[in-house]
Amino acid sequence: MQADSPAQGHSPGVATGSDPHHGRSYLIGLGFALVLTAASFWASSTPLVYARALPVLIAVLAVAQMGVHVAFFLHVSSAPDQANNFLALAFGVFITALVVFGSLFIMANLNHNMVSMDQLMQMQR
Amino acid sequence: MSATIVSLDLDPEAPLSQQGPAPARVVAGFGFWLFLLSDIILFAALFATYAVLSSATAGGPTGTELFDKRHVFMETLCLLASSVTCGFGSLAVARTDARAMYLAMIATFVLGAVFLWMEVTEFAGMVSMGAGPSHSAFLSAFFALVGTHGLHVTLGLAWLVVMLLQVATLGFQPMVARRFFCFGLFWHALDIVWIGVFSIVYLGAH
Repeated sequence: MQADSPAQGHSPGVATGSDPHHGRSYLIGLGFALVLTAASFWASSTPLVYARALPVLIAVLAVAQMGVHVAFFLHVSSAPDQANNFLALAFGVFITALVVFGSLFIMANLNHNMVSMDQLMQMQR
Repeated sequence: MSATIVSLDLDPEAPLSQQGPAPARVVAGFGFWLFLLSDIILFAALFATYAVLSSATAGGPTGTELFDKRHVFMETLCLLASSVTCGFGSLAVARTDARAMYLAMIATFVLGAVFLWMEVTEFAGMVSMGAGPSHSAFLSAFFALVGTHGLHVTLGLAWLVVMLLQVATLGFQPMVARRFFCFGLFWHALDIVWIGVFSIVYLGAH
């Protein structure tokens, strides 16, 4: 692979560095991903983790694993020749967070303001 | 570090305005990257739907009753392994090493197909138990989210077969190599979506 100049950019998914070491990044990524996957499955089935903290722990492990996949498999980084890829990724993450947390917030709020089904039945009688 | 696929007789140190357009490989990769991000936003909407509806079981079975974590763990390992073999396949494409490419990409196909088969088995088991998508809002959201991911994997497998046929007939032309890199991006992105699926749907089941 040729080295792309910063202005021309760098294609995501293409490893940088000299040829024989390309495969190493996939193996390092595999190692990290295996440890993180095993950790989240273990955490969800052991009584050792405080139950109410479990969703947060699993979310942290999932975000970490997504980061590992982006860095070691997709080879997207904040390097200067990747500014376009990285900005697009940041925007994608922003919209994803907006959609997911926005929906959850609005629906929880609506749920909170809604008269419960039992009360509604009482009122209709 | 010399230009192999695209030869531009331009000095990389030259000012931006004199460098001309970026090579097709970079443009195609960036365009496909934008498509993938929009695809992930589609999944974000499905994840939000699932998160909102996950407790609306309408008296039917809940996630903890339906999901088998060991089965999901095996699915996860298959998809992770196929992502890694796909990475090695992409490296073989970059080296134009046909034998290593076929080996890695056939392994990718087999692992992806095993994942899909396990998912179909799980869906069939749930439907035969009466827990189909029409049973409750929770199950509708579950089948929409996990089914969309499965559909993407199915399309990815079809794409992989097309790419193998293109290499067999056209060889490693720059055009074919570009498509192969895009396929690799697609396959890695599906694995990233699956991390969200197993963390939120299966491990977060309540």
